[in-house]
Amino acid sequence: MDEKLDIHTAIKDTLPTVFGYIGIGIAFGIVGKAAGFNPLIVLLMSILIYAGSAQFITVSMLASHSPILSIVFSTFLVNSRMLLMSMTLAPYFKKESLSKNILIGTLLTDESFALGMNKLNYSGNKLSFRWFNTANGISYLTWIISSLGGALLGNFITNPEKLGLDFALVAMFIGLLYLQMISDNATSTLLQIIVIAFTLILIYVGLIFIPGNLLILLVTLLGCGFGVVIKHAFF
Amino acid sequence: MPSFNFTLLTILGCGMATWVSRVFPFILLKKFDLPKPVIDYLSFVPIVIMSALWFSSLFNQHLGSLPQVNYENLLASVPTVIGAIIFKNLLVIVIIGIVSLGVIRLIGIA
Repeated sequence: MDEKLDIHTAIKDTLPTVFGYIGIGIAFGIVGKAAGFNPLIVLLMSILIYAGSAQFITVSMLASHSPILSIVFSTFLVNSRMLLMSMTLAPYFKKESLSKNILIGTLLTDESFALGMNKLNYSGNKLSFRWFNTANGISYLTWIISSLGGALLGNFITNPEKLGLDFALVAMFIGLLYLQMISDNATSTLLQIIVIAFTLILIYVGLIFIPGNLLILLVTLLGCGFGVVIKHAFF
Repeated sequence: MPSFNFTLLTILGCGMATWVSRVFPFILLKKFDLPKPVIDYLSFVPIVIMSALWFSSLFNQHLGSLPQVNYENLLASVPTVIGAIIFKNLLVIVIIGIVSLGVIRLIGIA
């Protein structure tokens, strides 16, 4: 990554994250097809809901005939961590028009958020609409095409995991986490490691009694609070 | 299987739900500034969210009992972390991760 914020650089910066969307998108398409939904429905889900884990939940709850309100509410809860990410990101686009802000928010993902946070460390703490919108757009298109591809391929592939593609997303989070740690000079490395270790404990303990998708939100809320407290107490 | 109309309505509802959580803060913060303590708090969001997403993939959940270690993902994480430290390049890190898990499954360790 470098300090440039043009479209060409955005494409270059976003490329590594594309594998994550392809892996999970294809998996989603296959799962959706296997649950009995036709490729059009799968496609509409990816276009309109556009949320990895939440879409898996929508599919399984639809297939098990859950009431509509509980499906919508579950989707909201699973995805509500986006509130935190949007809140963190929004100040960087304060000078842009409202419609540009809405567009950035509409296509924001875990990955484009993480990518943007990383970029800040190289760009002198600035983001541009063009850069972010390009990153978002590539992600959105890749997600739509891969999930449709998965739904169409669904008849032929029964075991998408064999290729190791499902690890692309995890590998990406590992990479982005490490790159964030080494490039963020505002927070000391020791504090970062303490917060990450605390996050591991929270995840482990939380998994015992809190459903995984809700857990990410709760852990994020608690982990950030822990970070602030430790920072003010010891750093 | 639910009817096409029910499915469509559900998708629209879920779409609204995800859209609101993405867009609402952008609209709100266009008008208001965040107080300093909140900015401090939010500065931890990136590392906490990314590590939470990573760590949750290292365990298989069984509600009510201790999580089981997902050895495949745990093992594949080792070369991925080492690759991150050596190469500091996201594309290389992702490829190392995919190949690592592929190899682990191929030779059937874990």
